[in-house]
Amino acid sequence: MSTQSSVVTSATELRAYAPTADLTVSPPPSRIERARPRTGTSPDNLRTEPGPVRFIIISLAVTFLSVFVVLPLVVVFASAFSKGIGAYLVALAEPEALSAIKLTLLVAAISVTLNLVFGVIAAWAIAKFDFTGKTFLITLIDLPFSVSPVISGLVFVLLFGAQGFFGTWLQAHDIHILFAVPGIALATIFVTFPFVARALIPLMQEQGTQEEEAAISLGASGLQTFFRVTLPNIKWGLLYGVLLCNARAMGEFGAVSVVSGHIRGETNTMPLLVEILYNEYQFVASFAIASLLAMLALITLVVKTVLERRLDEGQEPRDH
Amino acid sequence: MTIEVKNIVKKFGSFAALDNVDLKVDQGELLALLGPSGSGKTTLLRIIAGLDWPDAGEVLIDGENALARGASERHVGFVFQHYALFRHMTVFENVAFGLRVQPRAIRKDEATIRARVKELLDLVQLDWLSDRYPSQLSGGQRQRIALARALAIEPRILLLDEPFGALDAKVRKELRQWLRSLHNEIHVTSIFVTHDQEEALEVANRVVVMDKGRIEQIGSPGEVYDNPATAFVHGFIGESIVLPVDVSGGSVRLGGRPLNIAANGAASGASKLFVRRHDMQIGPAGSGSLEGAVRHVRSFGPIQRAEVALSGGEGKTIIEIDAPRDRELQAGEIVSLQPRRYRIFAAQD
Repeated sequence: MSTQSSVVTSATELRAYAPTADLTVSPPPSRIERARPRTGTSPDNLRTEPGPVRFIIISLAVTFLSVFVVLPLVVVFASAFSKGIGAYLVALAEPEALSAIKLTLLVAAISVTLNLVFGVIAAWAIAKFDFTGKTFLITLIDLPFSVSPVISGLVFVLLFGAQGFFGTWLQAHDIHILFAVPGIALATIFVTFPFVARALIPLMQEQGTQEEEAAISLGASGLQTFFRVTLPNIKWGLLYGVLLCNARAMGEFGAVSVVSGHIRGETNTMPLLVEILYNEYQFVASFAIASLLAMLALITLVVKTVLERRLDEGQEPRDH
Repeated sequence: MTIEVKNIVKKFGSFAALDNVDLKVDQGELLALLGPSGSGKTTLLRIIAGLDWPDAGEVLIDGENALARGASERHVGFVFQHYALFRHMTVFENVAFGLRVQPRAIRKDEATIRARVKELLDLVQLDWLSDRYPSQLSGGQRQRIALARALAIEPRILLLDEPFGALDAKVRKELRQWLRSLHNEIHVTSIFVTHDQEEALEVANRVVVMDKGRIEQIGSPGEVYDNPATAFVHGFIGESIVLPVDVSGGSVRLGGRPLNIAANGAASGASKLFVRRHDMQIGPAGSGSLEGAVRHVRSFGPIQRAEVALSGGEGKTIIEIDAPRDRELQAGEIVSLQPRRYRIFAAQD
């Protein structure tokens, strides 16, 4: 018994519409599912590399990952709980810690929401329309990825700082952007902008505009088309983008550090507080906050895996 | 409903997809737009639907200026080559879509919508699939659902863009007859685009042959086949033997040798002689104006197809002719050929 194959046919006979004619519509070209060849030889013999080589390569990869990824994670949690769970909880209940958590959540909520809207709009424009300057726009979307976050923060200082471009005007109107929530949110938005758009553009390009055209020809308005056809088709990609955007928004350090001003209990986000506490030798408190960020990373990783699976499923049933 | 297209011009960059196209479609017609790819037929269809806009010209649907309305207001049923079914909706919801997005004021209640969808699914004979998703259907089923979806809005006109282009040959043939009988039943003015001449000739009442953004000929399937207006139509529809000839003063010459046929008023100069394969009469050597050696004979169905190498003239010209089965042909045999029916067009290039 060398090869096994099974042919799946769905013998569906359809009556023809015409009352006079007796037509049959045959089923689609049947999908032939082939089982893998099962041969008498052991699977090991089919591999190209000899055992020792495989062993060395796999151990190298595992060692590398352990040292550079798993070990730091373990250290974070070990340090956080080094003085017992009581000390850990006390550290998290500090007003400074609570304020940092609140600020981080607030900034993430603002920047994810705005980037969701702008990301969808940008992806829509790029995927569904042809216009001059499209390539330029795609490059522009990637800009935050290629610029150092510190520079991104500095741009906002140059714009809104006391000596900045809008500085005098803002001071005259008593509007605080730098060293306040708006500045932190702006810097975060800038840094995290590409995530949603990047997740959606290839997806929307692949899906094309036919379903939208069909919806419009059936009488749907632009909004109906978006909410009933476009959005359901991109929802997993959108969630994927939002997830990564959120992870980066909560974890951003560089850009936020430049615009925050480090006012204790007011403009410190979680990553900033981790650094401050560490510099003050409050290791338990510092690693307690860090453990929250690490947990966020782990959750993100799990959800990301699930979403990627959904995305693959969404792509699959297409044959042209 | 009638459709009238006047002087439509559409350019993509410097490429003229449609070059001054005029067309009138009568109430209840089933019209085919036939042409090779790039001939502008799909562009014309999309302009009528409102999915593309012309650079110049007019589109009138039932005498009313359609260009003043967007696609969603034209009330036109459009069927796409690749179905464009909403992949996240069931078959039922796909068909119901057009009814659900109607403005609140005229939207039907749920029971009416359900009844209407059921009726349409019965019409396309797929009511048993209503809870499936498009990805679970075969190509032929998808296309019939797409048609049901387009009919749900009771369109004034129905436009089909290569409706069977993505299907395999057998399903395509069956759906063709099915579309024909469906049209007999519902009589909505319909235009379908195809590059398949057999499909156009078999399904349509009238065929519009297009090439390079222009209409070459409009006529019944019989007319475009029997009386092609241009060399392009003759070459595109049906299989033709094309021979380069010279016309001078009413006589026709092939490679210097006179052919015993009338010029039928063709202008003097370099021309092309078009003969259908089955319109070439085969006789014993010396009886006709062309002569050649049979190289190869294949028989199938009611005909035998012979490859004949024409003698005389410069180089070797090999043509394929269809002969009835009762005339025995042998490879190597010298035969004479005489065009029974033919057309002469001036050589353009």
